[in-house]
Amino acid sequence: MRDFDYIRPATIPDAIAAAAEPGSAYLAGGTNLLDLMKGGITSPERIVDISRLPELNRIERLDYGGLRIGALVRNADLAHDSAFASTYPAVAEALLSGASAQLRNAATVGGNLLQRTRCSYFYDTASACNRREPGAGCDALGGENRLHAVLGWSDACIATHPSDFCVPLVALDAVVEIEGKKGRRHVTLEEFHRLPGETPQRENALEPGDLIVAVRLPAEAASFSANARYLKVRERTSYAFAVVSAAAALVVDGGKIRAARLALGGVAAKPWRARSAEAVLLGADANEASFASAADAALADASPSGDNAFKIELARRIVVRVLMSALSGTPERLPALPASPFSNIPGVRHDA
Amino acid sequence: MTRTTVPVHLDINGDHHELQLEPRVTLLDALRDRLGLTGTKKGCDHGQCGACTVHVDGERVLACLTLAAQVEGRTVTTIEGLAREGEMHPVQAAFLEQDAFQCGYCTPGQIMSAVACIREGHAGSDEEIREYMAGNLCRCGAYPHIVAAVRQAALEVQS
Repeated sequence: MRDFDYIRPATIPDAIAAAAEPGSAYLAGGTNLLDLMKGGITSPERIVDISRLPELNRIERLDYGGLRIGALVRNADLAHDSAFASTYPAVAEALLSGASAQLRNAATVGGNLLQRTRCSYFYDTASACNRREPGAGCDALGGENRLHAVLGWSDACIATHPSDFCVPLVALDAVVEIEGKKGRRHVTLEEFHRLPGETPQRENALEPGDLIVAVRLPAEAASFSANARYLKVRERTSYAFAVVSAAAALVVDGGKIRAARLALGGVAAKPWRARSAEAVLLGADANEASFASAADAALADASPSGDNAFKIELARRIVVRVLMSALSGTPERLPALPASPFSNIPGVRHDA
Repeated sequence: MTRTTVPVHLDINGDHHELQLEPRVTLLDALRDRLGLTGTKKGCDHGQCGACTVHVDGERVLACLTLAAQVEGRTVTTIEGLAREGEMHPVQAAFLEQDAFQCGYCTPGQIMSAVACIREGHAGSDEEIREYMAGNLCRCGAYPHIVAAVRQAALEVQS
């Protein structure tokens, strides 16, 4: 790891001023950044340790029914907050399906949004990668790419965003609260992450010095608590990134779908909100046939970026299955294997 | 490029240490190379294997993905600090009784993770133990015995 200057500012304005200098990077949990620095994928000259900034580690209920989650709230603390988990069960399930207990004790809300792709060509500095080095090319195209994107990719980059947490968040209309040199602003999570286009190095809406201070959930997000699930297919049972994942949230009344939310993970450079599928679901009968139509709509624009056509069919099936799971109701207790397709074994009681 | 070192005060297993470190020094390297506490193992050094698991303020984290400077003023416990007055911790004893290792390299991390797993209340069933111990890899494949050891220790701690 290249050496760097280490500063620990006492206030948010001090942090923003320090991080606005070229070559700076914020450090919170460090679970992704330190790994990237060890590999020379990123080499900041100045580390701005924000992990002890006051006021960023609170979970606050807002007056109008929304929720504000401080950027430094750790993944484990949020997932195990019982009020949070019962109100936003798909988010808690997504959090617990990610990484390991040790990593969840360090990783933060803000850092989760900013984690980098796990594309192996991005991590290998001997490979060409437009995201790491603009204009260098993309060795993932024509390389080992069975886990790469099937939606929203470009010839410049076929990497995926690895977050689980962001998938139900984007489905629930989460908003990112950002503080920068010009003050505070709100950006929807859907608009926060960018598709690669010709500029895959521009991954999100942040400008130099910008600090994520919180993630907000609007009041309506709480209305799905009885029928919300997250499902994640991995190449091993646990402690792996998603091949494909999906979050579904429904409001069902008299057999009809009154409200529907759907998002996919592991398929694109951003958490993928499937609005066309939601439109199919709205007002439809709550049954497998409707869910299959929604799955077709969600994947209508999908195309393989390499040896990964299987992910399109896999995503369709995961969409149907996560909607069926949501329809059957949020379980009283999370399964012992959160979000795992191997959890729903009939007759087996799980304790989490 | 020459950078200055920073003073870092570390509280490890109840002992206070004052070190001058380059900011890039991880907690893992400070423990092993500066303090001679080699019980905490360096496996992958990338947060993928769990061999470097330690407790910071009583919670399990990976020492390889933590800068030493980040734990200034916090309480760190390593495998060397688990036994009390020569008495093995119940999890250490259970690992011995259940033969829960082969080469032993991952064992300190497994034990530190297991102590936290039980304390968190995530050792209620074998399925739950496997899930909440998933961050600790064992290349010898001693997993069935590790699960048995965690199950045994969890029962002993509860009783």
